[in-house]
Amino acid sequence: MSVLPYLAAGWVFLVGCYGLATSRNLIHAVGCLSVCQSSTYVLLLAVGYRRGGTAPVFSDIAPGSRPVVDPVVQALVLTDVVVGATVTALLLALVIQTAKRHGTVDPDELSELRG
Amino acid sequence: MSRKARLWLLAVGGIGVAVLLACAAFDLPGFGGTSHPYGERAVRSALARHTANVISSVNFDQRAFDTLGEESILFAAVLGTVVLLRETRDEHSEPPETVRVDPHVRRYALIALPVTLLIGLYIIAHGQLSPGGGFQGGVIVATALHLLYIAIDYKALERIRPAAAYAIADAAGEAAYVLLGTAGLLAGSVFLANFLPYGTFNTLSSGGTVPLLNAAIGVEVAGATVVLLARFLDQALEIEGGGTGGTGRQDEEANRS
Amino acid sequence: MADLLVVLALTLVVAAATAAVLTRDPARQALVLALLGLALAVLFTALQSPDVALSQLAVGSALTPLMLLLTVRKVRGRGHRGGRKRGRA
Repeated sequence: MSVLPYLAAGWVFLVGCYGLATSRNLIHAVGCLSVCQSSTYVLLLAVGYRRGGTAPVFSDIAPGSRPVVDPVVQALVLTDVVVGATVTALLLALVIQTAKRHGTVDPDELSELRG
Repeated sequence: MSRKARLWLLAVGGIGVAVLLACAAFDLPGFGGTSHPYGERAVRSALARHTANVISSVNFDQRAFDTLGEESILFAAVLGTVVLLRETRDEHSEPPETVRVDPHVRRYALIALPVTLLIGLYIIAHGQLSPGGGFQGGVIVATALHLLYIAIDYKALERIRPAAAYAIADAAGEAAYVLLGTAGLLAGSVFLANFLPYGTFNTLSSGGTVPLLNAAIGVEVAGATVVLLARFLDQALEIEGGGTGGTGRQDEEANRS
Repeated sequence: MADLLVVLALTLVVAAATAAVLTRDPARQALVLALLGLALAVLFTALQSPDVALSQLAVGSALTPLMLLLTVRKVRGRGHRGGRKRGRA
């Protein structure tokens, strides 16, 4: 149990990489990249978890009354979720441009175009 | 490289990474352990600065400079998307056909819109107290506006959503963050210092500069999300023609050489 | 009890991630990614991080799939129109 979440994060990362490498459609590849991204969230939050801990928000519990989970990793993940979505948007914009220029979104056909 | 060779290379690399990841996983401190030195220090310093939501304190006070970097990535990504997806000279936009919306869907969406908008604004405003903040609330506010597209049609959405105004809001949010940081430099000691009085613990005005920076991020993220979705919706629904297969570009290159 | 919830949510995440990669049609993949976003939000709630769960719910199950679907529509729409105008491109 004590390593299961880390291994799950590793599996999600590797399966995303597999999808990226074998993808025949750039839109599908961008989706696989977001799967890879989500593995980092799982890993970071698993590292910060503490058994019996509660969320690090003190608006309804007295400070020091209960152990809390690590807030630093949560802050890291929180910003990355939103920023990651805008980076996905940038990649999709590039895919739309590629489709306009070359009329295809298959990476194999694209590499044939440029030799 | 042939497809088969590429798959072999992928398998070798994948197995290597898998072995390394597994070794690292068994060497990490166990899941759910009690030793969190950074977390304990962050909690202590958030309580000293009267911020009830420790995560907001980490984002907008203790690691505020890091958040400036993150939001600059966001700003740059939005800028790049806007440049890539603008309407080019050989394209033209045609207003999409109006479609009939099922009255039940329309009624539900029109009720859900103000409620969702209010929830989004509440989440931004209470970022220093309860779970939430500018990043989450901004996205909720921006997606709430798009319920109007589901309820009526794209024209109605365009009327309440002048994309240029939201682009300005995006830039203003980023500028406000930098200006607040500079104010910290002038009034306090360092860039992005928390120079305001900390206030009473667990009230709306607690946390010094945290609520202000939080609001700046909320405005920026909401503006950014609306602008992004506007560009994608324009491309998918309105803009047609142009740039077929890159023939024009290849001719240009041939002429140059 | 809490551990059981974490294990269940992890299983859901792993299954959704694998399904998202194996779904080769991008329009279907967008829907599976929305499910993955939902599963991640459940996992983050079980790991006591409501802040992250909230942003994952808004971004992962609404924003990203919506942008993917709009891109699919744009790219496919182009193919049809281009095909009609210029024959087989």
